[in-house]
Amino acid sequence: MAAVRVEEVLAAAEEQEAEKRRSVTVEKELELEFDLGNLLALDRNPPAAVELRGAGPRREALLRALARDNTQLLVARLWELPAERAGGAGGPLVARLPEPAFRLPREKPPPRPRPPTRWEQFARLKGIRRRKRTSLVWDEQAKEWRRRWGYRRAGGDPARAWLAEVPEGADPEEDQFARLRREKRERVARNELNRLRNLARAHRAGTAVPAAPLHPTGHQSREELGHVARVARVSTASLGRFQPRLPKEPVEPPSRSGGRKRRFEPLLGNLAAERSRQLELLRDMSSKKPVLDITRAVNKQLRQEEAEAAAAKGKKQSQRGKRGRRQQGAGGVSGGLGGPVPPSFAGTDR
Amino acid sequence: MDALDRVVKPKTKRAKRFLEKREPKLKENTKNAMLIKGGNANLTVTEYATFLFLTICIFSPEFFSKKSDCSLFLFGSHNKKRPNNLIIGRMFDYHVLDMIELGIEKFVSLKDVKNSKCPEGTKPMLIFAGDMFDVNEDYRRLKSLLIDFFRGPSVPSIRLAGLEYVLHFTAVDGKIYMRSYKVLLKKSGCKIPRIELEEMGPSLDLVMRRTHLASDDLYKLSLKQPKALKPKKKKNISHDVFGTTYGRIHMQKQDLGKLQTRKMKGLRKRPAEKSAEDGGLSPKKPKST
Repeated sequence: MAAVRVEEVLAAAEEQEAEKRRSVTVEKELELEFDLGNLLALDRNPPAAVELRGAGPRREALLRALARDNTQLLVARLWELPAERAGGAGGPLVARLPEPAFRLPREKPPPRPRPPTRWEQFARLKGIRRRKRTSLVWDEQAKEWRRRWGYRRAGGDPARAWLAEVPEGADPEEDQFARLRREKRERVARNELNRLRNLARAHRAGTAVPAAPLHPTGHQSREELGHVARVARVSTASLGRFQPRLPKEPVEPPSRSGGRKRRFEPLLGNLAAERSRQLELLRDMSSKKPVLDITRAVNKQLRQEEAEAAAAKGKKQSQRGKRGRRQQGAGGVSGGLGGPVPPSFAGTDR
Repeated sequence: MDALDRVVKPKTKRAKRFLEKREPKLKENTKNAMLIKGGNANLTVTEYATFLFLTICIFSPEFFSKKSDCSLFLFGSHNKKRPNNLIIGRMFDYHVLDMIELGIEKFVSLKDVKNSKCPEGTKPMLIFAGDMFDVNEDYRRLKSLLIDFFRGPSVPSIRLAGLEYVLHFTAVDGKIYMRSYKVLLKKSGCKIPRIELEEMGPSLDLVMRRTHLASDDLYKLSLKQPKALKPKKKKNISHDVFGTTYGRIHMQKQDLGKLQTRKMKGLRKRPAEKSAEDGGLSPKKPKST
């Protein structure tokens, strides 16, 4: 008899549990999509259109029932998130939200990287790399480690030197200290000017409209559309010569290059220019020297060499890298290969 | 240097900070909205807008967006041809991206419903019901626009008991029903509370009128995320189909001789033994450096 009662109690408890669950479960044909970072739920089930067409109060009740079900589902998901008590045991329960997943358009385009300065461009072209130098150097006179630059730098500040060498062939009356000061001032001024130039260039690159005319706006202006039509028209093998004309298009629409493929000089015109041109041509033909743009050739050669060196280095490095590491592990040689040397070790080397 | 090359730089720190705040950022700030009252906006429209809040009565969103650094706008107007008109839109790079015109057919304001309200600045739960929001392109954009408008700041965590505001959008029969409810969390006997809703207002019945949507190219451009924001791939961690995480650990070989087992008095070494062992081991020890 006791056993029966236990079973009954268990069954009752189970039923109760199910009853409790029933109050928080919602049946949906299609599952909802959630974006918990935005506290967002998307219900793709079509609502009962016929019933919603009804009168005010009935519609309101239906809408609220729908909203209740959806909110219940969303809240159930939110309560499943990892939660903790904020500010100790007695604090409110705080759930950690995931990152918002629903993709929304940005307010502004992502920030552009700063364009390289003139020097950076040049260094890139020539393959000049930054080489790391320690900030401290050994000062022989002071017998201690000092900064390479700036206040209390190694070797003393050249601007405050009490002695200045008079270079060979210089005017003996000239004040060498004044000359040094002037040169320094000029260097600083030039550097500042270059800095400002770089800034201006970066600014210009930032504000310039990137290839503007075909920017995909929602509706394009009259001029933009005209331009696009014109470009499309001449974009055939025959430069649009056999293109059928649009209803109100003018007979000879101006093309991109003004409709001319070749350009001829006028028969009668600037005689001096024509003569000089012909003479130039003749001089080139008669001279033994090859026509060569030296700067360009040198640059080309340099770049080629650099590329070869880079390729060879890449190959070598991959081999050498492994070997080097192995040696280091076995022999226990550390430091000295690269990177800044700590002063205490470097001092003993000398 | 030419006069044209010169860069106009901010003269004060404050101006500099101001400009920096407006520059494009990697991780963007919360979007601001400007609410604009048209030349003759009537009570319905104004009240809806004041539900959000507003002023000004000229309309050039791009100009004002640049002035006020707001990328969302809402413009309310009323005339014979389009009564109770509401235009919702957003900007990308100070140019209009999307604009959707909505007509208000029925409006119940916050004041008309005599119920308790939720505090200002509560982050709402947003729910969109109806297959139209998934099928139709215009509705899809409207959904995205409304989410943008109402989602508020994105937060890392939220107080569960503070979830008390729901905005529910239902699209049926070419109409959009916007309802806002206050959430009541009831005890249910299990961990998840039972939800009851209470009408709070404002509630609107909207119809979509004209739309001005960004072309697909532009929309795609505006969705583009900077590379730096993409999560970096973590090394040595992998997942299988069932969501189990596998880690790869690189370890040195374990010396089982040195393994610390249970400490007992009987196993303890005597001092003499210890010193002998140390002496015996030291010559064999490999150079560590």
